[in-house]
Amino acid sequence: MAGESQSTVGYIQHHLTNLTYGKLPAGYERLDESGHVHEVLSQDTWTLAHSSVEAAAMGFMAIHVDSMLWSIGLGFLFLVIFARIAKRAHSGVPRGAQNLLEMIVGFIDQTVKDGFHHKNAMIAPMALTIFTWILLMNTMDLVPVDWIPAFMAWVTGNPHFFFKVVPTTDPNVTLGMGFTVFGLMVYFTIAKKGFMGFVKELTLHPFHSPKWYVNILLVPINFALEAISWISKPISLGLRLFGNMYAGEMIFILIATMFGAGLVLGIFAGVLQWAWAVFHILVITLQAFVFMVLTIVYMATAHQVEEEDQFH
Amino acid sequence: MNINLTLIGQSISFLFFVWFSYKFVWGYIRTAMDEREKQIADGLDAADRAGRDLELAQEKATKQLREAKAEAATIIDAANKRASQIVEEAKDVARTEGERLKAAAEAQIEQDVNRAKEQLRSQVAKLALVGAEKVLEASIDESVHKDMVDKLAASL
Repeated sequence: MAGESQSTVGYIQHHLTNLTYGKLPAGYERLDESGHVHEVLSQDTWTLAHSSVEAAAMGFMAIHVDSMLWSIGLGFLFLVIFARIAKRAHSGVPRGAQNLLEMIVGFIDQTVKDGFHHKNAMIAPMALTIFTWILLMNTMDLVPVDWIPAFMAWVTGNPHFFFKVVPTTDPNVTLGMGFTVFGLMVYFTIAKKGFMGFVKELTLHPFHSPKWYVNILLVPINFALEAISWISKPISLGLRLFGNMYAGEMIFILIATMFGAGLVLGIFAGVLQWAWAVFHILVITLQAFVFMVLTIVYMATAHQVEEEDQFH
Repeated sequence: MNINLTLIGQSISFLFFVWFSYKFVWGYIRTAMDEREKQIADGLDAADRAGRDLELAQEKATKQLREAKAEAATIIDAANKRASQIVEEAKDVARTEGERLKAAAEAQIEQDVNRAKEQLRSQVAKLALVGAEKVLEASIDESVHKDMVDKLAASL
């Protein structure tokens, strides 16, 4: 709940700031809450950012502790549980947890088989990881926005403690996964078609002429087009998930600001939050599924060798 | 909203989790599922085969039953035929035996009658002679009347 000292803007900003641990450069002037210079750093210092301004000043050499904590924690949580179930899995009549896992695995396996017709044992486990992990991270969005930050503020004794619980509302997380998928695409393309195959794919496509001197002219155009098409894949992958989750989180925060505005608005906000959460379940699942399916499709394109023939 | 090391951290954890799920989740659970799929397929196959076997066995049993019935009927037929044949034969034998016995008896009777007649004849001749002798003891000379007495005896 928004504290009385906090304005609505401050409340929203507070909810959108990650707990950032990073390096502040030497000579940086740290401000206290009232805006006065509170400390001037004599050297590069690794520390927790006390405001979003400080977090921004840290630049690239910083890490979002809350995002990493939740994403790795949730990843370990489901994988350790899955591994335990899988280890005890038997071919008899499946029960309870094994049933659930088999349902998920069967669903993923079917999706992978539909979209990916090559031989690669890594694709299905990757799809399983992507789907379950993103689904879990997105589901954190359904936890009322103030519960965990308020709890953390109580634990640390710092009412301004930043703590974002939905890792997928952090573009670092979604783009990190997007670029990893991109890296794997490049890797598998080169592994399947050779480095020259990769270069050819980038330069002799989509425009191609049987005359070599025309081709030379076409290479830069092709390269420009292909480079955009390649680089747009991880970015769209990451930003789609981020955008959806960020927007959803934003609406939850906006609804939460109404809780402090009297009984009638408070009840109205409660109803709205419930309705938005119900709708959001769809978004959560859909975004996890879309990310997985697109990854499978990209992996399938990377493995596709036949198309190369037309470049000869 | 700053792009920073979190991106790299997330990439590394992503790759690690993919490896982890490949190594410790996917293989085990897929193996169990494939095994079960195979067991179910085998079971269905076996059920199919058993059904076919049952059908065949039933067909065979019906056929054997039919054959057995037919065989029994033939056997009964043959037995009936044979029985009537035996009866006929026995009747024939009895009839011929009866006729033979009858003929023998008749012959015996005739023979006995003839013998009795012969005896009687000779007895009668003797008796007549004796009687006549007695009656005619005085008047009849045996040598003279012998022919006459014999004629008399023969006519008996």
